[in-house]
Amino acid sequence: MRGAIGTSVGTGLWRTVRPILAVVIAAGLTLCATSGCAGPADGQAPGGPGETLVIRGSDTMVNLVAAWAEGFMSANPNLRVSVQGGGSASGFAALIDGSTDLASASRPIKESEIKALEAKDKSAIERVVAYDAVVFIVNPHNPVSDLTMAELSGILTGGITNWKDVGGPNTGITIYGRESSSGTYAFVQEKVMGGADYVTRARLMPSTVSIAQAVAQDKTGVGYVSLGYLTSLIKIVGVAQDSVSAPVAPSAVTVLDSSYPIARSLYFYSAGAPSRSGEAFVEFCLSKIGADIASEVGFVPTGGT
Amino acid sequence: MAPRVVDSRPRPALRQGRRAEIVLAGLASLSLVVLGLIFLFLIKEAAPFFRVYPLGRFLGGTEWRPVSANVRFGLVPLLSGTLVVTAGAALIAIPLALGAALFVSEVAPRRLREFLKPCMELLAAIPSVVYGFFGLVVLSRWLQGAFGLHSGLTALNASILLAVMALPTMVTLSEDALRAVPDSYRNASLAIGASRLETILHVTLPAARSGVAAAIMLGLGRVIGETMTVLMVTGNAPQITLSLLDSVRTMTATIAAEMAECAWGTPHYHALFAVGLSLFLITFLINGLADTFLRRGAK
Repeated sequence: MRGAIGTSVGTGLWRTVRPILAVVIAAGLTLCATSGCAGPADGQAPGGPGETLVIRGSDTMVNLVAAWAEGFMSANPNLRVSVQGGGSASGFAALIDGSTDLASASRPIKESEIKALEAKDKSAIERVVAYDAVVFIVNPHNPVSDLTMAELSGILTGGITNWKDVGGPNTGITIYGRESSSGTYAFVQEKVMGGADYVTRARLMPSTVSIAQAVAQDKTGVGYVSLGYLTSLIKIVGVAQDSVSAPVAPSAVTVLDSSYPIARSLYFYSAGAPSRSGEAFVEFCLSKIGADIASEVGFVPTGGT
Repeated sequence: MAPRVVDSRPRPALRQGRRAEIVLAGLASLSLVVLGLIFLFLIKEAAPFFRVYPLGRFLGGTEWRPVSANVRFGLVPLLSGTLVVTAGAALIAIPLALGAALFVSEVAPRRLREFLKPCMELLAAIPSVVYGFFGLVVLSRWLQGAFGLHSGLTALNASILLAVMALPTMVTLSEDALRAVPDSYRNASLAIGASRLETILHVTLPAARSGVAAAIMLGLGRVIGETMTVLMVTGNAPQITLSLLDSVRTMTATIAAEMAECAWGTPHYHALFAVGLSLFLITFLINGLADTFLRRGAK
């Protein structure tokens, strides 16, 4: 619509702007189509040998490895260590595509992951660096103090739904576990439940601390935490292998002598022999100083060296 | 008389103005480009999942078990979790928002209105993780006592918090819609003898209903996409339930909780993108509906 100068802002301007808008949108969409999608850590190699030691993997171990890294760096000021979580699975994935020096894991390496490494002409070297116990907790008001592995499995799979079936009061059982991506979730599923599924009404909490908090507030609650997360607000449950064995309370001693049934090893994996700084770091973790740090964080040192 | 030749080329001053407007239009189109890119990215990352897992089993599957001897990726528990939490939030927020909007626009004196509006905006400024923390520590204990539950980590906990989070959006936009109703409507109604209340309920509100509906849908759009709060207070149990007093698992919380520790390239990773795509489409639909309502009202 043409009128006096100054009133042509309407359709006149739009006619000018329209092709420009079209070009911008088309260019943007073309950019997307042609850029492809580089996956994370695509060919990113860790910063050169000896520059920074990269460790990725288990979230269970991330506090422990970070504590070790701090101790190591203060003893070796010219070396730097970078620690990341992301889960045991992501640690192995990073090991396979070469973006990490060491992978921390709260579970052993899987067949498929070994094969993936072999396909790249590398072999997995495993070092056990600490032990961990999965501790089952209940509310302090709950009279139950011990459970057998079968009873724990029954509770978690939904077979046992009332505390009175295991010697407690006549109320329902509220289960607090970790998210399905947690190594601890998978470990409990395998070790305690024999691979069966958790009951659908089990509440999946985002962290170990929130499990402890929830059980402290809920008289009917049961959950699992690690040795380093015990407080006076929750009650530890002794675990018996079966109905004839004596229940065993979790502690550093019972983990090391294998009498506590729900213990696991914590590992470092490297693709082939680790670099010099990697080997030095593993030696540090297994040394006396490393063992003290592990105990402080709440894990069980290997007791070797 | 010779015809006057009108030189319609823009004068230098006008040309500068046009250039500025073109640049601004380019910037505005950026949001369109970003939206399109996000949508394409979601499809690109979700496609590998549908190559190994049938769409029907995903959409109709009643179990979400990404880590199991028998892995199943069923959307129904997550969808029902999102719907239950959203429905609960809607039930709480809509009456409150309508009441507040009606009060602020029709009844409150000007000074009170100017005090209430910023307070309402403040609610929107509180980070969702703070709401989540409040729900985890304070509200869950209160719900435990009030309803005699074993645990206060339920859908109701999330619904209450989400209703509070959605209120600012709903109230502000509803209030705008109500104020846009011409005074002549109100005056005419009062002139024929209707009381203030009758006018508000039977004349003003119906006249503004498109805008109010749009406001409600936009508020609900916010509720559906809320992640941190629901992750902290719902208990995240992937069960299909219609009860607000049960623990539920929403689509947003699932993505947030599982994506961080999911190995790249696995079916689980791509399944989470499929869930994200579903969420994107649902939110798009709701906002699209809101837009339709708004346009219908503007006519």
